[in-house]
Amino acid sequence: MKTEKIELAHGEGARLTHELISRLFKHYFSNPYLDLLHDAAVLPNPNGRLAFTTDSYVIHPIFFAGGDIGKLAVCGTINDLSMVGAKPLYLTTGYILEEGMPYADLERVVCSMAGTAKEAGVEIVAGDTKVVERGSADKIFINTAGIGWISNEVNLSPGNIREGDKIIVSGSIGDHGMAILCLREGLEFSTSLVSDCAPLNGLVQTILGRHRGVRAMRDPTRGGLATALVELAQSSGLGFEVEERCVPAHESVRAACELLGLDVFYVANEGKLILIVAPEEAEAVLRTMQNHPLGREASMIGQVVERHPQKVALKTILGVRRVMEMLAGAQLPRIC
Amino acid sequence: MVMKFIDEFRDPLLVRALVEDIRRRAHGPLRLMEFCGGHTHAILRFGIRKLLPSHLEMLSGPGCPVCVTSSTGLDQAMAMAEIDGVILTTFGDMVRVPGRRGSLQKARAEGADVRIVYSPIDAVALAEKNGSRPVIFLGVGFETTAPGVAASILQAHNQGIKNYFVFSLHKLTPPATKAILDSGEVNLSGILGPGHVTTVIGTDAWRFLSGYHVPMAVAGFEPLDVLRAIRMLVDQVNEGQARVDNAYSRSVLPQGNRTALAVMNEVFEPCDADWRGLGSLPGSGLCIREKYAAFDASKVFPVVVTPSPDPPGCRCGEVLQGVISPLDCSLFRRICTPENPVGPCMVSAEGTCAAYYQFGETRLED
Amino acid sequence: MCLAIPVLIQNIEGTQAKVELGGVQRMVSLMLTPEAKVGDYVLLHAGYAIGIVDEEEAKETLHLLEQMAAFSDKEVT
Repeated sequence: MKTEKIELAHGEGARLTHELISRLFKHYFSNPYLDLLHDAAVLPNPNGRLAFTTDSYVIHPIFFAGGDIGKLAVCGTINDLSMVGAKPLYLTTGYILEEGMPYADLERVVCSMAGTAKEAGVEIVAGDTKVVERGSADKIFINTAGIGWISNEVNLSPGNIREGDKIIVSGSIGDHGMAILCLREGLEFSTSLVSDCAPLNGLVQTILGRHRGVRAMRDPTRGGLATALVELAQSSGLGFEVEERCVPAHESVRAACELLGLDVFYVANEGKLILIVAPEEAEAVLRTMQNHPLGREASMIGQVVERHPQKVALKTILGVRRVMEMLAGAQLPRIC
Repeated sequence: MVMKFIDEFRDPLLVRALVEDIRRRAHGPLRLMEFCGGHTHAILRFGIRKLLPSHLEMLSGPGCPVCVTSSTGLDQAMAMAEIDGVILTTFGDMVRVPGRRGSLQKARAEGADVRIVYSPIDAVALAEKNGSRPVIFLGVGFETTAPGVAASILQAHNQGIKNYFVFSLHKLTPPATKAILDSGEVNLSGILGPGHVTTVIGTDAWRFLSGYHVPMAVAGFEPLDVLRAIRMLVDQVNEGQARVDNAYSRSVLPQGNRTALAVMNEVFEPCDADWRGLGSLPGSGLCIREKYAAFDASKVFPVVVTPSPDPPGCRCGEVLQGVISPLDCSLFRRICTPENPVGPCMVSAEGTCAAYYQFGETRLED
Repeated sequence: MCLAIPVLIQNIEGTQAKVELGGVQRMVSLMLTPEAKVGDYVLLHAGYAIGIVDEEEAKETLHLLEQMAAFSDKEVT
């Protein structure tokens, strides 16, 4: 029988837990590895290297335009694997549920995760559920861990970056962060802002399948484009020059940033990547990206230089250069 | 798609032309004070500083209401937040500013109900929704913000809402400007006037500056607005004039916004206030009138706090007066950073030090 | 000193107006600018319209700057 709300007993490991697993998780995630319901998933071991990552998701609100916490949890881990050039294969997922969370909400999240994983060609092979007392968690927290396989021909690392390389961003920035911020209490705007949450493995595999000159990639999540660029510059030991007018941002995102006094360069993205590529391949890679649904607005935004090592210089819309720093602390909406 | 009245005033070609014009007309060393934190922010964000001739120096002023809020004021707000049942609402800018015992953010982590709101209207709505709990709004800001806060009190009054209160730390800008000029510590060629404060108070409110022979040009916040005002100041200096020019005529009138001023004066009256860096200035703060005492958090929730000294080594006060730039402070960047701020000039997003840090105001190698 | 952004009034209900910027919409209070009309641009600060933007003045300002830019081009060449 389907219960209306999650109870502490759902996390105890007994009858209700089994019911949850078979009726919800196994029903939506079903695959040969998970369906055995052993203590651990036993997986085939291909030749090559493995990439392994984990991340936890505590976003609030849990449902938003363009996605939900479940989709985010699946995409986030898929994207981390993709950034090192790995083909994401298997995910695990751990849930911490708040007592009293509506079952319907949990089902919606799980269904979304199954759909996202299927779309990305990734299997969820193991999981865990715990339930904590009302007030001890904010409805639902999710952890996902993921394993991916890296072909021996692929080698992505900031250490590969060279002077003269080009910097490409796969599309418009600030969509996810502004969509979330505008939903939160006290900052309500009725907008057309939609999170860009998406699995990037398809785009990445297309690029790597066709081009050899990609040096490194990074997804600009928390801290925004600026923080990710600075991190890459620091790891590479070289300087980056970026042109503000080449960075794509949707009108509504720019407007929401102006209204709240936020800088779009520091707003989170969940379906975008930064790519550093050898100059002779840059145009071709850009075209490949623009031909892919998740890269239509891809843009070349700058290049790598030897000057000001480890620093990112931004050429503003007025044509003046200034240093772009990492985000320090959180960006808060301001009135001044 | 263009954001009207924003993008046109960022036109790079017009900016270049205006800069060339300034370069042609500006002779000799000039020291202009940008009163507003908003101007400092805009100037650094767009890179305007680098376009100006090197003999034209831009100094930051005390126009950051968060920065000039005294530590005692913040401590009082924290004490109110810690009262059982109170919901303390505040603008985002204030949440990380450190007082004697930490920040409002820290108080929230320790169990106080502190919530960020975008507008005092949201705080009134919260009070309506939570009838049994006092909702205190932390009123910080200059004449741009005070009329709205006053309006929120009138709204609560009209709607019979009894659990909405305002803790007013609002301040007035002309007294601060007077104090800086009176101190004689900074030699100014001119002042870039606060565009949105003046939208409310009107250019007439600045006429007292002629007594100091200091020219003013009231400026908006887009690059063309700022540069136009700078050019007007350059012209005034060349002509030996000391007027109040209006470089933001699409928003600013000589009489300002009479309705906004009336609302502000209905609820608030001037009183003495403590400004970080400037000390106590008579008639520089806004206190809630006796008529609206029922909404005055400082009367309904009197709290006693120990006055706290400024953090050792912090030179925020001097930065606020334009005496030094953040680059002159030995703590800047080395110890005082946005993650580990020593003083409010670094914490507030509009603070001069925060702006200098975030926009990388150091030197690029070339 | 404060962040105030020009937004377009799309409709008015009592002392509240629905305003728009770049496709983003918000409700704001017209308590401080009761004379504002639909089609006006107002300066939005912390939930209130604090002033009305004079479009003619804005056009005039830009026009002056454009003239100055054209003039200085001539001076250089």
